[in-house]
Amino acid sequence: MPRQRRLRKVVSPPKFKGYKPYGAREQKSPQEEELLYEEYEALKLADYDLMNHAEAATLMGVSRATFARIYESARRKLARAFVETKEIRMAYGNAEMDQDWYICNNCYARFTIPEQVPNDRCPLCNAENIVSVKS
Amino acid sequence: MKIVITSMSDSLTSTFDRRFGRAAWFCILDTEDEAIRFIPNEHVNASNGAGLKAAETMGELKVTKVISGDFGPKAKQLLDKFGIQMVMMDEADILIEEIIERLNHN
Ligand SMILES: [Zn+2]
Repeated sequence: MPRQRRLRKVVSPPKFKGYKPYGAREQKSPQEEELLYEEYEALKLADYDLMNHAEAATLMGVSRATFARIYESARRKLARAFVETKEIRMAYGNAEMDQDWYICNNCYARFTIPEQVPNDRCPLCNAENIVSVKS
Repeated sequence: MKIVITSMSDSLTSTFDRRFGRAAWFCILDTEDEAIRFIPNEHVNASNGAGLKAAETMGELKVTKVISGDFGPKAKQLLDKFGIQMVMMDEADILIEEIIERLNHN
C-alpha cells in the first residue's frame, strides 16, 4: 500500500513567490530549488521564531522526527541554492494552512476571512480582485 | 464594527507598527460612532506571550478586524478562534491616517 502523505500545518504563507540570486558570475543555472511551504515554515519556526524542535513539531502537527527531516531538507535546499546560485521557488507541497489566507491584487494585503466576517472583498481597500494563497 | 490598527504612537500622524504583540499602541476605530481612540499596549514589554496577550485584548475589546504587519503563530490561532479577521500589510512607513483613508475609500 502506498504511504499516505500527511498534510502539515503552515501557520501563514510565505510573503514571496521565490528568490533570485543577483551579481552571479555564471549564468543562472537551469534548475531551481523548490522550497515547500512546510520547509519554509520549519525554518521560520526554528531559526526565526527560535522555537525548540518539540514545540515547532507540535505546532505543525508532525512528530519530532518528521519535523527534523523537513527542517534538514529546508536547510540543504537553501545551502544548495546559495552555493550553486540557483533560484528558489516556493511550492505548496503537503502544507495545510491553519487559516485560509487571501491576497489582494490591488494593495497586496494578506488576510483571513473568518465566518463571522463574510466578505469577498479586500478588508483594506475593498478591491474585488482577491485570490486565495493556495491557487 | 471595531477595527484595530497597530501604531507606533498615539496620534493619527503616527507610523504604522508592523508588530502585533509588541506594538506600542493600538488605534481603535469604531465605525458606529466614528470615534478613534488609542490605547497603550500594556504587554509591550512582556518577556513572553506578548502576542497571545494582545490577541486576548482584541477579544475583550470585541474587535472585528486587526490590521498589523505580522502575527505570531499563537496569536493567529487565538484571533482565529475569536473570529477576528487578520489583515497583514507590508508597508513600513505608512501613517495611521493613511490607512484610515484607505479604509474609508471602501
Ligand atoms: Zn486591497
